Amino acid sequence: MIPLLQPALRHGLLGLTRLLVGARASWEGSAPVDVPRIYFANHTSHLDTLAVMAALPSELRTRTHPVAALDYWGGSALRRAIAVGCLNALLVDRTGKATAEVMDAMAAVLESGQSLILFPEGTRGDGTVAPFKSGLYHLSQRVPNAELVPVFIENLHRVMPKGMPLLVPLICTMRFGAPLEAVAGEDKAAFLERARDALVSLSRPKSPSASQPDSQSTGQRTAQ
Amino acid sequence: MNSVMTSVTTFFTTTDPLFLWLSGAALGLLVVATLIGAVLAWRVQTPAGRDTVRNLNARIRSWWVMVALFAAAMLLGSVVTLVLFTLLSYLALREFLTLTPTRRGDHAGLFLSFFVVVPLQYWLIGIGWYGLFSIFIPVYVFMALPSLSVLGADATDFLTRTAKAQWGLMLAVYCTSHAPALLWLDIPGYSLPGALLLLYLMTVAQLSDVFQYVFGKLWGKTRLSPGISPSKTVEGLVGGGLTAVAIGTGLHVITPFSPLQAAGMSLVIVTAGFFGGFVLSAMKRDLGVKDWGTMIEGHGGVLDRLDSIVFSAPLFFHLTRYWFT
Repeated sequence: MIPLLQPALRHGLLGLTRLLVGARASWEGSAPVDVPRIYFANHTSHLDTLAVMAALPSELRTRTHPVAALDYWGGSALRRAIAVGCLNALLVDRTGKATAEVMDAMAAVLESGQSLILFPEGTRGDGTVAPFKSGLYHLSQRVPNAELVPVFIENLHRVMPKGMPLLVPLICTMRFGAPLEAVAGEDKAAFLERARDALVSLSRPKSPSASQPDSQSTGQRTAQ
Repeated sequence: MNSVMTSVTTFFTTTDPLFLWLSGAALGLLVVATLIGAVLAWRVQTPAGRDTVRNLNARIRSWWVMVALFAAAMLLGSVVTLVLFTLLSYLALREFLTLTPTRRGDHAGLFLSFFVVVPLQYWLIGIGWYGLFSIFIPVYVFMALPSLSVLGADATDFLTRTAKAQWGLMLAVYCTSHAPALLWLDIPGYSLPGALLLLYLMTVAQLSDVFQYVFGKLWGKTRLSPGISPSKTVEGLVGGGLTAVAIGTGLHVITPFSPLQAAGMSLVIVTAGFFGGFVLSAMKRDLGVKDWGTMIEGHGGVLDRLDSIVFSAPLFFHLTRYWFT
């Protein structure tokens, strides 16, 4: 493509993301270091990928590849330019027809020393974390030396709730948790449950002073 | 680049020498304060001392930001000032609403608050429509937002939600917008640039903040309200407030006020600045946070820096408008 356009578009998109949602990183258990990692995050809105990328330091961002759906992001030249050209996305077929190829492509990224961003829930949630799909398990079996880092995306479901076309700018924090420890002989269901728990436990900040009132989906009043 | 040089040259040749002298003095003071802050940060050993120095340096840094804002306003014109304040209001509103519970039914109203109400309020200042500027948010937005939210047919926390959204708009947008509105006041017999009134307001409010802090650290004994703002002391308030009033009185030369009038205005700015900060502290306590945001890493958010302006700006604006225009 046009060589100068993509960096400009990338800076524009990341800058706009920060202006709208802040995209602050909070490293709570892992440090921003360049080792092969699978960042797995809760899926809250269309802005998730951009927000996580904007929160990563630039030297990690260039070596991190969000996994995105081929049917949507490969759908037009513009979408492809944004996903692949600007955000280094790895486009995968999610129809289930090419599972082996998808796994090969993801493993290749990790084996080259780079990182992936995955949304194991599959669909966008409403602020709660849905059960994980099994891809995360298979990928962790295939590349056991890759660190599994949970990333809780806070507040973003309030910015752009499912089914709402309008966007309300609120400050969103990406909470990067401690990597999952390997447990020998763990089966798929137990692993997925443990991974999901690690993500959910990041949703409640440790210090009471930083608690976030969040009643959009549940109607609970957590701050009072 | 050339046009900037030209405007800088024009600025220096056409501006009052007294004003230049004062700006130079203020800039010198700021450089000295920054150097002292740097030396303190290097020499301090105890954790408590380090916190104090960090806090002091954060205040000095916010001074630089204000000087930069003011310089931009002087050199690039009042429209740039207005755009800068629009951005500040946007960021402050974002901080406020981030900490406020909202529900699906509020979404459209909140979207309009950010992308219509904020720019419209500042646009009304720019076109000089004082009548609408002064009632737009307290009257029309006040009715429009709950009307939109009620369409969501969700009564859970309805009063809390609408009240908090309105408070966010009043503080972050309505009150704050009175500061740049000073540039649009047409004061007979006052030949200095209107931006000086903005400078006056910010100088007195911020100096009061800084001196209250310094006096409190040096001589503070009686805590004013440990339940709301543990660092505020009676000694700090009185000493810092009176110092700021004294400086505000001396600065009457850049205003249309007589020394006595300037003393009164400073007293209003200091008192309102104190209560503004105090009220916002109580809100932070209620919401369970220490700072409004993390815009400046480790030094709080935009609202933490605007808190001494929110109450004093509308008061100072209306007093000046009523008696001097």
